[in-house]
Amino acid sequence: MLYDIRLSIRYDYQAPVAGGRHVLYMTPAQSGSQRVITSLLDVTPTPDERIAKTDFYGNTAVEVAFRAPHAEIAFRLRARVERQAVARGPDQSPALDALREELAGWRSLTQDSPLHFLADSPRVRMRPEFEAYARAQIADGTTRTAAIVEAIGKALDHDMTFDPGSTNVDTPPEEAFAARHGVCQDFTHIMIGCLRSIGIPAGYVSGFLRTQPPEGEERLEGTDAMHAWVRAWCGAATGWVEYDPTNGLWVMDQHIAVAHGRDYGDVAPVRGVVRTSGGQASAQAVDVIPLATPADAASLSR
Amino acid sequence: MSSPQSHTETGAVARLLAGYRRLPGVSDELLDAAGKVRPAWRAFIDHVARMAPEEISHRVEQGDQYLRDAGVFFRQYGADQTERAWPLSHMPVIVHESEWSEITSGLIQRADLLESIVADLYGSQRLVMEGHLPASLVATSPEWLRPLVGVRPRSGQYLHFIAFEIARGPDGQWWVLGDRVQAPSGAGFALENRVATTRVFPDHYARANIHRLAGFFRAFRDTMNDLRGDTESRVGILTPGRLNDTYFEHAYIARYLGFALLEGEDLTVQDGQVMVRTIAGLEPVSVLWRRIDSAFADPLELNEQSKLGVPGLVEAVRRGQMAVVNALGSGILETRALLAFMPRIAQALLGESLKLPNIATWWCGQESERAHVLANAERMMIGEALSTRMLFDSEDNTNLGSTLAGREESVAALLAQRGAMLVGQEAVTRSTTPAMVNGVLTPRPMSLRVFLARTSRGWRVMPGGYARIGRSQEATAIAMQRGGSVADVWVLSDKPVRNETLLPSPAAPYRRARHGELPSRAADNLFWMGRYVERAEGMIRMLRAWHVRLAEAGREDTQLLAHASAYPGFFGADPVKEAPRSLLQSISAATASASQVRDRFSVDGWTALNDLAASARVELANVAPGHDAARALGQQLHQITGFSGLVNDNMYRFAGWRFLSIGRSLERASNMTQALMWFADDAAPEGALDMVVEVGDSVLTHRRLFAVATSRSTVIDLLACDANNPRSILYQLQEMKEQVSYLPGAVERGEMSELSRTILKLHAEIAVAAPENFAAERLAEIQLELWRLSEVLTKTYLR
Repeated sequence: MLYDIRLSIRYDYQAPVAGGRHVLYMTPAQSGSQRVITSLLDVTPTPDERIAKTDFYGNTAVEVAFRAPHAEIAFRLRARVERQAVARGPDQSPALDALREELAGWRSLTQDSPLHFLADSPRVRMRPEFEAYARAQIADGTTRTAAIVEAIGKALDHDMTFDPGSTNVDTPPEEAFAARHGVCQDFTHIMIGCLRSIGIPAGYVSGFLRTQPPEGEERLEGTDAMHAWVRAWCGAATGWVEYDPTNGLWVMDQHIAVAHGRDYGDVAPVRGVVRTSGGQASAQAVDVIPLATPADAASLSR
Repeated sequence: MSSPQSHTETGAVARLLAGYRRLPGVSDELLDAAGKVRPAWRAFIDHVARMAPEEISHRVEQGDQYLRDAGVFFRQYGADQTERAWPLSHMPVIVHESEWSEITSGLIQRADLLESIVADLYGSQRLVMEGHLPASLVATSPEWLRPLVGVRPRSGQYLHFIAFEIARGPDGQWWVLGDRVQAPSGAGFALENRVATTRVFPDHYARANIHRLAGFFRAFRDTMNDLRGDTESRVGILTPGRLNDTYFEHAYIARYLGFALLEGEDLTVQDGQVMVRTIAGLEPVSVLWRRIDSAFADPLELNEQSKLGVPGLVEAVRRGQMAVVNALGSGILETRALLAFMPRIAQALLGESLKLPNIATWWCGQESERAHVLANAERMMIGEALSTRMLFDSEDNTNLGSTLAGREESVAALLAQRGAMLVGQEAVTRSTTPAMVNGVLTPRPMSLRVFLARTSRGWRVMPGGYARIGRSQEATAIAMQRGGSVADVWVLSDKPVRNETLLPSPAAPYRRARHGELPSRAADNLFWMGRYVERAEGMIRMLRAWHVRLAEAGREDTQLLAHASAYPGFFGADPVKEAPRSLLQSISAATASASQVRDRFSVDGWTALNDLAASARVELANVAPGHDAARALGQQLHQITGFSGLVNDNMYRFAGWRFLSIGRSLERASNMTQALMWFADDAAPEGALDMVVEVGDSVLTHRRLFAVATSRSTVIDLLACDANNPRSILYQLQEMKEQVSYLPGAVERGEMSELSRTILKLHAEIAVAAPENFAAERLAEIQLELWRLSEVLTKTYLR
């Protein structure tokens, strides 16, 4: 599937800020199932420094710095991406005991190592209620890791209410979980907490979601801003799988990934500190339009 | 084993050691196993034995006096955040150099090992791939900083200044209790321990062959300066600021070594180059000795919550434009569980066994280790595996296994459930050393903190300086808790030692040290300190005048007192009930500003300011309005003018003093303008003119110059336009004009700066004006001009 993506993030400061440095995770990632055709990130005012960098996990980030005082910043992304559906074969993933053994013998700390995603991270702490919830979803005898991932993700989609405005970017996942309300970031953090608490390595993926549903289907939730979902490790043979707990579905070809990390903090679209005494407001707008012309479809079917 | 006391001694020494004995099953530094005084201590003990008890206590007082004069404090964390006097145990610990050289060789080996480990963890990761270290332990540690993986330090080395905590076990063998690499503190305190202890035993110290400490610092200072490469840049100490428990030491060592004391806010990054904001613009910094934890060093790439760091610092390191000591991320080496793997890693990386063993440690993430800890729980301390605090020091849920004895199930359950997050450590019994307790030598458990610095010729070990002494006799490791004290450590040579100092020899060519420009934040604090102190003084004068009039009138409802009560300089505060509080606030604000520039401010000045704050709190509480209050305020006035005199007469005219001075002048001019607007107003009641003349400390002058009663013109003449009256607006503008002319950029390419022009214009206008030109509206304009001056100054120098 071919998508045109538009993202705009603005910050307006009440009092001009003296300067600032930001790391941006906004541009679509290049990967096996995702090909970036064009990607343009426009920043105003024009930054005094702008460099592209690759982080520990292999994500592409852009660092910008402003030296002069400014009262507003706008980031605008335009990208075209070809996304292919992830093929899913029969579930061959191990049971949790076998997964634990695999991890205990794991001797690598490279960027893809599952070990980075097993412990507490700054925004996701393991909690007894996460573990209890996770165990309850597999009490019926679900054994294989991938099936467990799906069971927990589906359960969260069922039990939690998608509710913009009920939380903010800094709401701890346990709070959102207690209220059973939240947005994609909360769904994702809670699911990560659940998976890690039973020994499944899990991380955070930020990205975009197709904004217009295919003919006859319902519009998905979380399309008005950047989206987030879960990445879980199901043993060396299966590797990483991706699940969207907000919509209760495996990631196929309606999700476009930007970056992944341990939690939101690793891949927040705009990281950075501004020295400001006044207040600030921010706004985000996203469009992800499929280009479903017959010609496109033909070129994608190969 | 029996616990022999030193029964072999006679005379004075026997008396001195009468109550001193070895504790069962514990080594002692002073007495050997047979109860004899060890040879290294002999001369010293003989010396102390010859001193009369009064002499000893007099000497001890001299040492303490030194520490007070030098302002040695450390901050205690807790509700009140008070500064606490440095708890020096006046008896040094003495180690012979032959034993010291064994310690040294063991610690150098360990330093090299730590360097190899950290280089591996951030580099090729062989230790993990070959299974010498569990990968999960590294991945789980919050101190393993992923953004630093693959980043080679510019110098090629990760570690440049480290410390080890070591102790002697019952068998006489030294053990490493912990590795301190994150931001080890104590080296500056060691210097102060040394100076204070030599005040206690000056004659003996001069004669005894005790290794000096200065050479170590000189070598380290040279290393740091060399790390700059050939750039014209600065070396800085990055401190978390005045609320940190060891801020005193940061300021002290910055002064001692000649490095800039910087906070995150002082710094900014441009194109990968770290810069310090100074009053003359940005200046490059290429070496930072950090006293903050790595994770807080850069909110952009590390802990995003940090308010202490510098956004972009990691990138500066990555580009090789900044050397951080020790390298960001090296805190991983302090992970407790790492101690369990050190013997094996030493074999893997160095092909050697550890010369000095570390405290036996078992990581409970492994089956057999877990079983061992469980089986020996009564001899174990059990604590968090990933913690970087030393087990015996910490207040986390460390349990001496024995306290759980009889609750075997709970230990087993704990280990089964959280094994990977726990370690067991053997409870080490430390040796004892003599401490003077109520005039009697008493054995107290101790450990040494040994500092190592990397030099161009390898690691150099600071010969002594710092021991920690337990508070109670209980010699198990855990007894070393808060409330302990600190002692000097003397490394004794058989031969004469070189007398070393950090200062260049007098024979060397005379050269003034080159100092970087004053950081803007320091200038800002000095400027505001000047303003706050002057504001407090102005308020005291006004309040005193008010209370004097109350005492005269005997009632509050006179026209004059009512008018004065509404004076805007009281900020709406009632002079009796609320004004003292806002006065105290001004004084606290002055103290707070001063505390942020401790490295640029004399100890005397600092002490005087603190005394002022303390006495104001006491004296102004619960005074009766009228006479009593006027008297108390008079005393405060003496104190505050004493402080100003100290600053004015004793502070060198560095740029910092100029900002302080400008702040004071600006505030004084502004206060006077305000007072004239209120009290020299045509509508002001009778007596108002006299009151403002009194507040302006010009009663006698007025009498001499005019020989008539006060009128609006005479008062304006004296307090606004008289160039010879230090209380006048014109005089203060004159002062500011002068100080500003010395600041960087005051005149550039023949053109005056905006600040110079603004002051000059206002000064000229007031200088040529006649008293009758100072209508109320004009005074209000002057007030606005003065505020604008403050803004221009801030914009030009303080951001």
